[in-house]
Amino acid sequence: MAETDTLPAIATRREEATGFFQKLVSKGLGWARKNSLYQYPFVTACCGIEYMSLASARYDIARFGAEVPRFSPRQADLLLVVGTINCKQAPILQRVYEQMADPKWVIAYGVCASSGGFYDNYATVQGIDRLIPVDVYVPGCPPRPEQVLDGLMLLQQKIQDQEHKLIDRLPAPELARGR
Amino acid sequence: MSKAVTAALKEKFPDAVQEVYEGVGGDDCAFVKKDAVAEVCRFLKEDPAMAFNMAPYVTAVDYLGQEPRFEVVYNLVSTQLNHRVRLRVKVPESDLSLPTVTHLWRGADWFERYCFDMYGIRFTGHPDMRRLLMYDEFVGHPLRKDYPLKGRQPLTKERDYRDVFRGPGPSGRD
Repeated sequence: MAETDTLPAIATRREEATGFFQKLVSKGLGWARKNSLYQYPFVTACCGIEYMSLASARYDIARFGAEVPRFSPRQADLLLVVGTINCKQAPILQRVYEQMADPKWVIAYGVCASSGGFYDNYATVQGIDRLIPVDVYVPGCPPRPEQVLDGLMLLQQKIQDQEHKLIDRLPAPELARGR
Repeated sequence: MSKAVTAALKEKFPDAVQEVYEGVGGDDCAFVKKDAVAEVCRFLKEDPAMAFNMAPYVTAVDYLGQEPRFEVVYNLVSTQLNHRVRLRVKVPESDLSLPTVTHLWRGADWFERYCFDMYGIRFTGHPDMRRLLMYDEFVGHPLRKDYPLKGRQPLTKERDYRDVFRGPGPSGRD
């Protein structure tokens, strides 16, 4: 019996095949998602000016497939939090995030969104990661458009590297809940 | 600036106008007693030789440790006669109320709400004495010198998250 315990695990042909398909699907989905990021710009402060520069012709975020700002969070994949978030706005930002459909990603644009910046006072949230999960932090006051493009490319890399499970491998109760 | 406005004020209200001086930059300034603010403002608005038809800024100052503690500053401009004046009104902490001037200058509405929000000075007769910038759940008046600098009052529960740069989570910080 002891010998069978130490035997190395050998994948069956079926498992090999599903592993292959899983990788294929993950790659395909990642590729499709990273190149069609619909963004919701939550613009509250001066970083918005730099965001306009990023979105328009000179820096041209369209090169990365993220050129469509959706002004409804329900149609967006990527939440760009551009600018200072204060305590009065915190419930609004949380609500916007909750309205977005999965899968969703968040970029904290500039130091105020990342850490509160120099507004360490009675009114300002010290980084939006206190409210919602954040994927990429872009520092700068405001950040150069190149920095944001770099952050966007990091996010694209993250999306590409994500693993997606094949649906038929999930147990039945989870399928029923639609996950 | 010419001393015409402050001289006229001193002559018209010898008791209420306590001290008259020329401030930095040449603005005419006057200390006015708290009880006489309404009268003095009405005179400045309605007298044809004064004709102050605009109140570009009304604000407050907290002199913590002095008595009286607060001061409300009215900056007035006449666009017709092209002159300006600054009224300073001392407000003691025991009686934080002043008569409103919104019926004279409609634009003073938000400035008075701002003074109430940030310093807790109430303006009697104001049509809508609510906070201007902070939310209604906020306790205290943040620009007072004895309000803690980082006295944040979050509206929602903050997430507990791993933070490698700024120390432990929300409870142990600030």
